[in-house]
Amino acid sequence: MRFEVDGRSVYAATGAVPIQRARAEELPLVLFVHGAGMDRTVWSQQTRWLAHHGARAVAVDLPGHGFSEGPALSSIAELANWIASTAEALGDPVHVVGHSMGAFIGLETAAQHTDTVASLVLMGLGAAMPVHPDLQAAADSDNPLAADLMAGWMHGPDQKFGLNPTPGMSMTGTSRAVIETSPKGVLANDLTMCANYEGAADAAASITCPTTLVLGRLDRMTPRRAAQPLVEALGHARVIELATAGHAPMMEEPNVVRATLADHLAACR
Amino acid sequence: MVEPDHHHFDTRALHAGQRPDPTTGSRAVPIHQTTSYVFDSVDHAAGLFNLEVSGHLYSRISNPTVAVLEERLASLEGGVGAVCTSSGQAALHLAVATILNTGDHVVASRNIYGGSHNLLNLTMPRFGISTTFVDPRDPNAFASAILPETRLVFAETLGNPGIEVLNIGAVAEVAHDAGLPLAVDSTFATPYLMRPIEHGADIVIHSVTKFLGGHGVAIGGVVVDGGRFDWAADGKFPTLSEPYDGYHGITFTEEFGTAALSMRARAEGLRDFGGCMSPANAFYLLQGVETLPLRMARHVENTHRVVEMLDAHEAVSWISHPSHASHPDHELASRLYPNGAGAILSFGVHGGRDAGRRFIEAVDLASHLANVGDAKTLVIHPGSTTHQQMSAEDLASAGIGEELIRLSVGLEDPEDICDDLSRALRASQKS
Repeated sequence: MRFEVDGRSVYAATGAVPIQRARAEELPLVLFVHGAGMDRTVWSQQTRWLAHHGARAVAVDLPGHGFSEGPALSSIAELANWIASTAEALGDPVHVVGHSMGAFIGLETAAQHTDTVASLVLMGLGAAMPVHPDLQAAADSDNPLAADLMAGWMHGPDQKFGLNPTPGMSMTGTSRAVIETSPKGVLANDLTMCANYEGAADAAASITCPTTLVLGRLDRMTPRRAAQPLVEALGHARVIELATAGHAPMMEEPNVVRATLADHLAACR
Repeated sequence: MVEPDHHHFDTRALHAGQRPDPTTGSRAVPIHQTTSYVFDSVDHAAGLFNLEVSGHLYSRISNPTVAVLEERLASLEGGVGAVCTSSGQAALHLAVATILNTGDHVVASRNIYGGSHNLLNLTMPRFGISTTFVDPRDPNAFASAILPETRLVFAETLGNPGIEVLNIGAVAEVAHDAGLPLAVDSTFATPYLMRPIEHGADIVIHSVTKFLGGHGVAIGGVVVDGGRFDWAADGKFPTLSEPYDGYHGITFTEEFGTAALSMRARAEGLRDFGGCMSPANAFYLLQGVETLPLRMARHVENTHRVVEMLDAHEAVSWISHPSHASHPDHELASRLYPNGAGAILSFGVHGGRDAGRRFIEAVDLASHLANVGDAKTLVIHPGSTTHQQMSAEDLASAGIGEELIRLSVGLEDPEDICDDLSRALRASQKS
């Protein structure tokens, strides 16, 4: 669907279920936020299922990503404000489900806009997200190598072999294509934002809303140990560790992530 | 500069899409000879039928053995996914039927497999889809033939039977400038010799029956989705960018983005047309794919030996293979195909149709049959077999003369192949 936020057109997947006004406690509004260089489709294993299982699901393309109008924003704080505006446009507080850069955005939004964020489910994150200089250099020059590097690093070792839960699909091939087709300059901008964001631990320490962390033990982009400061700062967060997942549990372990979302939303009621 | 962390091509030919079976430890890909799959619950079943969750529900739509082959071919081609079909022709039909509607138009190379020519020239018009055929060596000819209702550009990476080498990048640019996808049939090349997506193609079709299988025991096809084409850009492709009642208003580009084509091809195309690959055939074809790099290298090596022999033979009037200096695409092939431009060639025999018939009847090691890409050397006379439905005018337009012999060079000892062909050529000159 298309809607407007701050005067610009935003595109989102909703599982082909129209988003309607409803009582939030009966039909929670779940906002999926993708990571660097990606788009709404990284949540395709959760959006449509959730839309048919007791929630309003909105997987957005961030500004300048996917089919959303640009320009891309240039800091995690700006994106947090944008999420708050998006929630306002949709008319309800949102349960933010964020991946990687999207998880940073979720943390910052929950810290800065406490009335906007009902809860958080975050995956593929650490207290900091330093970017490999070769990846940043490739992204800065819009070299397809950047997509290739990310596709190789973001998935667990099993995905080097494949056996995608979706028959016939190549997970690394899909990730590479999503990043490769992102508008010029977007990935470089996103990676820079991730590397420059230093507020994750402080944001986590101030967050009181229900929070679930989904952490892959085989995550090479944000290793499990990198998330420990956030686990400690959040204190109350439920932590789900996945033994075989890498940096993208929503793609690698879609069934577990769906079940985790259902449990999380049930606990929020 | 750090290198991408992926397995290399030869490793993926053996492993992509499969891990040892977690229940039995089976190292080989098991043949899941089943029609259907037990659901966990009513909710699980409903989710599968409504594309809310992924998994197998009925083997016409997906099957674990077939899925390994699909993922492996997607990996080798560099695509986002693949859909296997009952044959290569079913793959071309699946691609066309997924993308096009009544009233739409195709611009296609005129030098394509006779069956593909029939589908586009004779059969699809019955369903309101027309095709203009053009010279594959002229990217401007593709551009000139594009109409407002054109929705697809189609060609073979290596033409049949003249082995015209498609300038994939140039034709892709023509297609993309017009907002159209480029689909290529890359059966003769295989991903070992050519990966068209890297050059700009959007869809890659194979008859997996041929070199990918390599053994000549199973029929199959595949549509590989490159995932780079923007189907939603300008409303030309409503099957992908508009809500579809078949799954309660789903819009494939909205939900699946780069995977929109492959998801619709499976969810609608296999569900409704039913041209699925059997799990047993997928198993056979996987055995072939495992040795693809080794076989293709040998196919190419043997082909070069055969071209040398034919070049020196007095009964041969001409040779058409991109490795030969006389081939119009020799230079282009050297650039695009550093590992060789395949193992299929054609040549003319002095003496026309009668000499051609005597040659075919005199070969002993080479087999006379309607196939290519087998481990064994194959010969055929296209004018009387694979391309016989084409009119004399179309045959001439496609460069297929009465004297033309098509040869698919196998993996036998090259001396034995050359001896057999040389002896048959001598026999062809005795009236």
